[in-house]
Amino acid sequence: MIFGISLLVVLMLVGAIAASIFRDLISAVIAAALVSLIASILFYFLQAPDVAMAEAAIGAALTAAIFIIAIRRAKRYEE
Amino acid sequence: MRRTVAILLLIIVAVGISLSLAKIPFGTPKTKVGRHYIDEGIKETGAVNIVTSVVVNYRGFDTLGEVTVLFIAAMGLGAVLRAHAEGETRKTQPASLVLYTGCRLLFPLILVFGTYIFIHGHLTPGGGFQGGAIIASGFLLIYLGCRERRINQAASNLVESLGGLVFVIIGLLGLVSGSYFLSNFLPKGTANMLLSAGVIPIIYIAIGFKVGSELAGIIDNLIEES
Repeated sequence: MIFGISLLVVLMLVGAIAASIFRDLISAVIAAALVSLIASILFYFLQAPDVAMAEAAIGAALTAAIFIIAIRRAKRYEE
Repeated sequence: MRRTVAILLLIIVAVGISLSLAKIPFGTPKTKVGRHYIDEGIKETGAVNIVTSVVVNYRGFDTLGEVTVLFIAAMGLGAVLRAHAEGETRKTQPASLVLYTGCRLLFPLILVFGTYIFIHGHLTPGGGFQGGAIIASGFLLIYLGCRERRINQAASNLVESLGGLVFVIIGLLGLVSGSYFLSNFLPKGTANMLLSAGVIPIIYIAIGFKVGSELAGIIDNLIEES
């Protein structure tokens, strides 16, 4: 149990660092969505299923979609 | 030079935060009010889900404020994007057969699931905001899979306005019934039943429709513009 949660936290940190260093913005958005998804799993383990549900629907799905729609209008690669 | 200063500052902030967090005893109650909600919440509001009893009953007025903030954000986005998107027709490349079929198959199921989440908000985890977000993600799937489909803006605005109106009218009815704004004036019923907890299910159904149509409208505006 504690091992699984530690693994999730490490994955979350990897996702957060990846989101900040990726030059391809679409990949960065996907990494940020991964952080949200793992956050929602952690909320579930911390016995907050209400928050987990909102985080998964808004953080992982809708926010990522809005970022991707915005990137389609702007440049995809950061200089 | 700047980089070393930034790293030094980061280390100082991290040490400070971890030292101050280490002092907090986790898992022990720090206020009495939380204990009161857990012990008396079901008796006082009739809602089995304590989070819902707090969100819609004990602090219902704050929830009205939250819904208003979301409404203003959606309205502002619509006003900004609508201003220069009139009269343009987009050329779209059709989605692949797998995506098209899959999204047509999944869309009604997602709608039913979102509706279940907000109708059962007082019994199971979830509620109006979560159900609305799930419904909006179903509309997002439709925009990705069936690209020529659009939601009916007029109907979406109507549903949104009706949701807000129901919320405020329920609050005013609580005032009319002789107590305070948004008071739970309907009979509580027996706990664990679908028709229980007084006004909580009505308010959560209104919030669910409102949040769902607002978020779907935001996605619609953005996709229209891009």
